[in-house]
Amino acid sequence: MTRRYSALSLFKEGLAGQKGWEPAWRSPEPKKTYDAIVIGGGGHGLATAYYLAKNHGITNVALLEKGWIGGGNTGRNTTVVRSNYYYPESVAIYDLAHRLYEGLSADLNYNVMLSQRGMVFLAHSINEMEITARTVNAMQINGIDAEIFSVDDVRRVAPLLNFAPDARFPILGGGWQGRAGTARHDAVAWGYARGASRLGVDIIQNCEITDFIIEGGRCRGVHTTRGTIRADRIGMAVAGHSSVLAAKAGFRLPVNSYALQACVSEPVKPILDTVVLSPGTGVYVSQSDKGEIVIGGALDRVPSYGQRGNLPVLEGVIAGLLEMFPTFAQLKLMRQWAGIVDVVPDSSPIIGESPLPNLFINCGWGTGGFKAIPAGGTLLAHLLATGKHHDISRPFDLARFASGRLLDEAAGSGIAH
Amino acid sequence: MQLFTCPFCGPRDETEFHFGGEAGNLRPDGADVTADRWASYLYMRDNPKGATREIWVHMNCGEFFVMERDTVNHKVETSIALDSAEHA
Amino acid sequence: MTASRLSSGGSAIDRSRPISFSFDGRTVQGFEGDTIASALLAADVAVVGRSFKYHRPRGIWGAGVEEPNALVDVAGSVRATPNTRATTEPALAGLVAKSVNATPNAAADRNAFIDRFSRFIPAAFYYKTFMWPDWHLFEPRIRAVAGLGKVDPDWKSPGPADQINRHCDVLVVGAGPAGLAAAKLAAGAGKSVILVDDQPLLGGSLLHRDAEIDGKPAAAWVDGTVAEIEGAGHLVLSSTTAFGIYDHNLIALNQRHHDGRPDTLWRVRPRQIVLATGAIERPLPFANNDLPRIMSADAALAYLRRYAVLIGRRIVVATNNDSAYEVAGALATAGADVTLVEMRKNALPAAPSGVKLLAGRALVSARGGMRVEGVTLDDGTSLAADSVVVSGGWTPTVHLFCQARGKLAWDETRAAFLPGDPVEGISVAGALNGAVALSDVFSSAAKATSAIGETKAVAPRSTGAEAIGGVLAAWPIPSAKGRVWIDYQNDVTAKDVELAARENFVSVEHLKRYTTLGMATDQGKTSNLAGLALMANITGRTVPEVGTTTYRPPFTPVPLASFAGALGGELMSPVRRLPLENVHRANGAVFQEYGGWLRPAHYGGAGADADRTIQDEARRARQSVALFDGSTLGKIEVMGPKAAEFVDFIYYNTMSTLKPGRCRYGFMLSENGVVFDDGILVRLDENRFVVSCSTSHVASVHARLEEWRQDRFGRGAVYIHNATSEMATLTVSGPNSKKLLEALDLGLSLDDAELPHMAIGEGRFGEDAVRIARVSFTGDRSYEVSIRADRAEPLWARMQETGKALDAVTIGLEALMILRAEKGYIVIGKDTDGTTLPHDLGVDGPRTKRKNEYVGRRSLFTDVAMQESRLQFVGLSVAEGEPPLATGTHAIAKGGGKLRSQGFVTSSYHSPTLGRPIALALIERGASRHGETIDLQHLGMLRHATITGPCAFDPSGERLNA
Repeated sequence: MTRRYSALSLFKEGLAGQKGWEPAWRSPEPKKTYDAIVIGGGGHGLATAYYLAKNHGITNVALLEKGWIGGGNTGRNTTVVRSNYYYPESVAIYDLAHRLYEGLSADLNYNVMLSQRGMVFLAHSINEMEITARTVNAMQINGIDAEIFSVDDVRRVAPLLNFAPDARFPILGGGWQGRAGTARHDAVAWGYARGASRLGVDIIQNCEITDFIIEGGRCRGVHTTRGTIRADRIGMAVAGHSSVLAAKAGFRLPVNSYALQACVSEPVKPILDTVVLSPGTGVYVSQSDKGEIVIGGALDRVPSYGQRGNLPVLEGVIAGLLEMFPTFAQLKLMRQWAGIVDVVPDSSPIIGESPLPNLFINCGWGTGGFKAIPAGGTLLAHLLATGKHHDISRPFDLARFASGRLLDEAAGSGIAH
Repeated sequence: MQLFTCPFCGPRDETEFHFGGEAGNLRPDGADVTADRWASYLYMRDNPKGATREIWVHMNCGEFFVMERDTVNHKVETSIALDSAEHA
Repeated sequence: MTASRLSSGGSAIDRSRPISFSFDGRTVQGFEGDTIASALLAADVAVVGRSFKYHRPRGIWGAGVEEPNALVDVAGSVRATPNTRATTEPALAGLVAKSVNATPNAAADRNAFIDRFSRFIPAAFYYKTFMWPDWHLFEPRIRAVAGLGKVDPDWKSPGPADQINRHCDVLVVGAGPAGLAAAKLAAGAGKSVILVDDQPLLGGSLLHRDAEIDGKPAAAWVDGTVAEIEGAGHLVLSSTTAFGIYDHNLIALNQRHHDGRPDTLWRVRPRQIVLATGAIERPLPFANNDLPRIMSADAALAYLRRYAVLIGRRIVVATNNDSAYEVAGALATAGADVTLVEMRKNALPAAPSGVKLLAGRALVSARGGMRVEGVTLDDGTSLAADSVVVSGGWTPTVHLFCQARGKLAWDETRAAFLPGDPVEGISVAGALNGAVALSDVFSSAAKATSAIGETKAVAPRSTGAEAIGGVLAAWPIPSAKGRVWIDYQNDVTAKDVELAARENFVSVEHLKRYTTLGMATDQGKTSNLAGLALMANITGRTVPEVGTTTYRPPFTPVPLASFAGALGGELMSPVRRLPLENVHRANGAVFQEYGGWLRPAHYGGAGADADRTIQDEARRARQSVALFDGSTLGKIEVMGPKAAEFVDFIYYNTMSTLKPGRCRYGFMLSENGVVFDDGILVRLDENRFVVSCSTSHVASVHARLEEWRQDRFGRGAVYIHNATSEMATLTVSGPNSKKLLEALDLGLSLDDAELPHMAIGEGRFGEDAVRIARVSFTGDRSYEVSIRADRAEPLWARMQETGKALDAVTIGLEALMILRAEKGYIVIGKDTDGTTLPHDLGVDGPRTKRKNEYVGRRSLFTDVAMQESRLQFVGLSVAEGEPPLATGTHAIAKGGGKLRSQGFVTSSYHSPTLGRPIALALIERGASRHGETIDLQHLGMLRHATITGPCAFDPSGERLNA
């Protein structure tokens, strides 16, 4: 069996008909008891399981996924990785994620295709240029790479943008993060799954939580569609479905679930090398390695758990895209979909122990969870292993809503998540 | 494109409506409300998967109303004007 | 020469109208009515494109939307589009088509060598390599060879695409026999009907399959039925694809035009949708089944009968089902040497005359290079062939049904997924529902429309010979020899599916993502079922246990321009315009957008040095008198018996103590305590107020007032009316403002005793009532004169005229921003952010003193609201001779070797009156640090500034009454 991935192993396997590869992850039957349970087989859950094993040596772990791993928002997002945040608390968490991403392919021995082709966030007015300056200064003070871009700088990285001075959203310049880019979303999920499985984590798919076991006021395990599984440390990372599980555990969260639309065009030869975000149109766009233009836009107007594309939002997003890139009007839409995102009032994540002792939560990433996967996993694993906050996760505790200590990036910097 | 029914204007496109929040989230008055109670009012939500009861406003006529609908299959059950609904 | 155009026949082409176009630089002849594909076949072009990954030569597979191979970039014609399906794109005269993913062309692609390394680059190989030293090293070259067609960077839009909304009783998708019958029956029931079909010609399978209906040949029945439906006033749309069913059964249509117009997007809301979308023929699994000129049997028949193109001379027809017999017979009749290779042994239809039948045999491989040359059967027989046509069975086109959340049911005898339990508002008919024989098709159409109502129309009857529809499932099997292709466009083979299974990517969604099966532009229309059947076989599950991937819109790719429609330019986000815009333009105003409004930034003209003009306007405004158009300021009336109680609740400041005729400045907070807006409240009388809010907040303030009114006060207690756009507000400010106003003779006393600062007066200008509010945003004596918007022009003209003697200056918003900053007056959203509480701005009184309830109150007493290290509003001054600080500059502090922000500059200008820079900022504990010099950083440059109070000009406020 070939375990290690490399050009050499691929070559050897090529000579042998690619028949020697072992499963990327095992699919064992669930045991009755584990040291820890992680609920949710998306990026955050899989990363949590991986770092529990890798950083803390806790390998007797079950990861429970109601469908198939990576099938939620991990497999539905627009794959942008960046850390252009304003508040030091946010910078700490997203920078942790960004740095871990930079070493992730090597760490996991799985090419997650981190492609640091940079991201430009456009400014369409003098006021937006001033806010961009405020953001870029904050990033530099916090030790994050950032630059102010002139119109000519923007033209250099994205020449097909609409630079007409009479455009509805004229381009005055923007901000630039060179280390930003994209990663292959499926690979992140599968790479963590493979890494976790090899360290001993049981990845159990098609296993839905039906209820929590609560004894003596503490969470002691879960009832699932595949039987009862007990553990004294339970973490959950289920994004848009956090409120549903919270209700089963007897508490509420400051979360509204919304569909977030995304779509891709047919693949074309390279026409866009970087990620472009326009606050004027609310659209962010990049071109995948396959050549598809990947387009992300606004939330639906209606709170929803229906993972389903919608026409009016799509029309608005595409109109915004064509306002930015008029020549893209030649392209055709190939596929449209939606993910269910957990929107929190301050658009910052919630990480910490839940009101039900022994149950720890990682949610509230809203539209921006993908870029944070390595950090979300590291921090939830730390909580599960030690029972205590990592310094980086402490500001993101659920308690901030009662203290008023919200971390609203949009309020501070005007940058959407 | 969903169709919502404004109690005053009839069925209209979803783009004419604005979500006002979950019904029954009563505001506690006073400076001495506990921090938890206030945070609960401001931020905590049931966010149910399935049947829900919500406040919406039809922006064209400006009227708020209570709508019962399903957050998964998007079926709309009823719309009632705010002052005739027992949204408390 | 193998494929050729026959000398007669071809129902779709008009031989009297020859056309020519270019493909990969060569001229191709055809006739009007041809598709690009049919003309290429008639010209015997075998290789029309290259596959995505291995750059394999590929030929035309189908004759419709399912086509995986024949993609071309269309340019230089009326429809410049990359990745156009040659099988559905009309061959228009002068069109220039180029094969995709091929350099220089499909016939001689220099990347063809990649296929030789295919064993080393199986499905998902990229996850296993390119990690050392860095993916970024490999990525640019991979990006360059990926992608299919090319975008033309110099492309110019032909104008916005049309978008049409329609309602109807019944929308029928598909104008084959089932759809035509359903439309006829629904029309006969007195319902309004829309019938759509993606082909330019209606009839579906009846365009090329033998049938006799109501005693007439199929073509005659189709024409008669369409004429009957259209004649009754119903809408029939050809070249129109229903591509998506969205919430509450909104169905979206993509209509293509052949005259240069962009595609039209139809949004139709029918009461009932009848899906008669038919079925798509599947390939058969054998090695090298992707060679050019291996084609769908149904497509070969369509090319023969619609376009009079016989695709070969020596043809092997391979099948597992009855539908290929008609094809074999027709090809033989047209003059080809036809061998029919039939997998089944028993209960076979009779072999058509002139066709050699080999029953109980299957193809195991094909041979050839740039086109197929022959096949080998499972008994070792080798047959030479210039074309191979295959029918691997039929996959019902369930896409729209599934988009509407329909669940599928597996039908073992038909080897297909069929629509399962009905979906509200949607019925299904024809081949989509598994019907094969025409009489079954018609009865399914009758059933699909039975709930619509009693029909006067007579259901059509099949009066000819009928197809039977037997099929033996033929799925790819594990460990087959050679490369058996499943997804042609994305180069997925049976071995790739096996690899996915080996590595535990056994869920159907994992299979899709790991191998990219079904993710190409054809979205797996011919390939998905074969892939999941193979996965079922390998993993010991049934096909329904493996299940299908989610079907997502659009059914076929739709131009982005079509979604955007006219929603571009200013229509995308309309700006609001002043009543006096044209007057300002004539007066040299340069406009900019502020908070959604187009407003004069300054009046220096387009060529002027903007900074100098603005400085000049701001300086002169303090010298004599300034005129300013403040019409955008909110004017929301609040009236009713509880109006006073209401404004007390809405505002942070107590407002009920305000006397009629007076104004008070105050904040509105959000429930989280943050300052949401500021402005003047006017009390007109006991029960009537006017809320004056910031320009950009009018809509949101109005919405909040309505929300609180309806939620807390009730209809009878308060009424709210947004009068912002009804009134223009013209501001006169400066030491001579009273003098100017007096000269206007507005019929009221401007005496300070009668109209003091923060009071209002009523007057007249000619016949029109005017309201004069003595409030100031400049720090100088100011009067805001409000008048009916449509009567503002004469008043403004009079002000200008009168002002001449006083050396009045008309100022734009930029000068006003300097004037207000000199005074330390805030602009919400610029000098505050989404965390600013009222006491951060130095207004702590209401918070500590008010006893009654107001919006946001409790949030002013959270831990965070009480903490000492809050950002507080201050002024900053720099050393003499230094330039202004940049807005967005941060104040910094060093701690533990790290930099830390302790606030930022929110507004910064050069003050022409003070002759030095001024700045406003939010600084940590700023209010208690006046006089302290701090470090600031902007784009890496260090600056210093001293914290001051926000007000830099006339701190005692004497000029308000000067």
